[in-house]
Amino acid sequence: MIIETRGLRKSFRSRAGREAKTVEAVRGVDLLVEQGEIFGFLGPNGAGKTTTLRMLATLIPPDGGEATVAGADLRRNPDEVRRRIGYVAQGGSTWDEVSAREELVLQARMYGIGKAEAQRRADRALAAFQLTEYADRKCKTYSGGQRRRVDIALGIIHEPKIVFLDEPTTGLDPQSRAHMWDEIRRLRAEGMTVFITTHYLDEADALCDRIAIMDHGEVVAEGSPDELKREIAGDVVTVGMPVGETPKAAELLDSQPYVNKLETIESGGLRLFVDTGATAIPQILRTLDGSGVELASIELHRPSLDDVFLTKTGRSLRES
Amino acid sequence: MKMLRDTWLIFQRQILLSLRNPAWVFVGIIQPVFYLLLFAPLVKPAIDATSDAEAYRVFVPGLLVMLAFFSGFVGFGIIAELRAGVIERSRVTPVNRFALLLGRSLRDVITLIVQAAIITVLAVPFGLSVALGNVLLTYLVIGLISLMMSSLSYAGALKLRSEDALAPLLNTIFQPILLTAGILLPLTFAPKWLQRLADWNPFSWAVDATRALFAGNPGDDHVWQALLILGGLTVLSMIWGARTFARSVR
Repeated sequence: MIIETRGLRKSFRSRAGREAKTVEAVRGVDLLVEQGEIFGFLGPNGAGKTTTLRMLATLIPPDGGEATVAGADLRRNPDEVRRRIGYVAQGGSTWDEVSAREELVLQARMYGIGKAEAQRRADRALAAFQLTEYADRKCKTYSGGQRRRVDIALGIIHEPKIVFLDEPTTGLDPQSRAHMWDEIRRLRAEGMTVFITTHYLDEADALCDRIAIMDHGEVVAEGSPDELKREIAGDVVTVGMPVGETPKAAELLDSQPYVNKLETIESGGLRLFVDTGATAIPQILRTLDGSGVELASIELHRPSLDDVFLTKTGRSLRES
Repeated sequence: MKMLRDTWLIFQRQILLSLRNPAWVFVGIIQPVFYLLLFAPLVKPAIDATSDAEAYRVFVPGLLVMLAFFSGFVGFGIIAELRAGVIERSRVTPVNRFALLLGRSLRDVITLIVQAAIITVLAVPFGLSVALGNVLLTYLVIGLISLMMSSLSYAGALKLRSEDALAPLLNTIFQPILLTAGILLPLTFAPKWLQRLADWNPFSWAVDATRALFAGNPGDDHVWQALLILGGLTVLSMIWGARTFARSVR
């Protein structure tokens, strides 16, 4: 295990008007991350993903709990953790007035690497991230995707065992995003463990070997995307209808024996968890027939990570 | 030693950034030159000096102390670095925490010494004459002030984390200190109570010391007293600054 945490906790004091409030950002997270995998934290904004990541990267001290990161104890030996990990923040990390090459050399040197070796590593990183062409231009001239690649190159210049990427694709256009996924898979192929946070379902599904779904400071589910989806037996039928008619339809369908579980979609409609979609659809139509409920659409699909999120938290990730 | 190596690393980067921003270099030099050209002529009649040379001997040391004092404004720069994520990027490395502060403060000291040298040289055609040894001692005094002010400024900025909070704080603290330091005009003409107040202002001691040096009296008591006071204060503020800095950047 490259990361092992037990009961990791963090709360912040915030001031809302005159009242001081304590917000429990992370409430006891237990995690196991294996060497060489892409591990993802999936959850809505404010779920505690970034706070957990920043604790594991030694940036903020945990209030409680234990963690071992890359073989070093997080609380007793943060300096050793720093040597063994890389961390790439969400908001970027480069200075406008210097070039990618200068940043890479400085970063390597801050890890104690000698000048000549730092330059060699910068060259290699620039080539690996296809940045050689712009290597000596100032960072302010880069596109969003290029700049993000520089951030990641900076995070792994010292060849860490594990790299933390906080929302690596947020704000990127689809092409840069696909490009970034390839980069992340390349890191895994080189033997690195990659720990990302994301609020994109498709990213968690397509990119991660294993994910932990986080909500309100807690891990509510953990496993490979396929495992998690398999936990929801059967199919999902989404029935679209006007918002006003949703309660009536929900009442009619909730009592039907073939409906295992029913969720209301805020924008109008219902999501029904059934054993077999093919037999359930005619039954659903029959139940609603004559009730006056006007159907806009009916759709059958295999459970998605959003359905997993929904069953674990009672909300859709798309809506939270 | 790791700390010295890391300090050198940060210092080099900061110097590079300063040189790459010619606008800043220009502003840093043109401002004191304005004081020299537009304010100094007022000093001669104001202090009843017999010659230009005497007026510049009184005015230039005060100007140098004021410039050193302005190192207290460098905190704004680190807030910009904080926002760009540069500080956080340093924090996840094992780089020495004190070096992150010292490398930046030393850049500020060097910038100040360069400014001071330009002003000293520019004042020579106006009749200023002062021995090299005394100039170097003066630079030591203002170097200490600059080191102290910049480390306090960085530590304060990291605590507040916002320009909007830092600006009023600095202005509120700086104004009374500057006014009671006798920087632009000597406090010889000040009423007694103002002089008593100035006795408590370490920068007033610094101004007295640098004026004594420019007057050619390195043996003047003010000189060793100022070096002692400023040396002590600089050490204290470096310790406080380093602690606050280290705690905010962990």
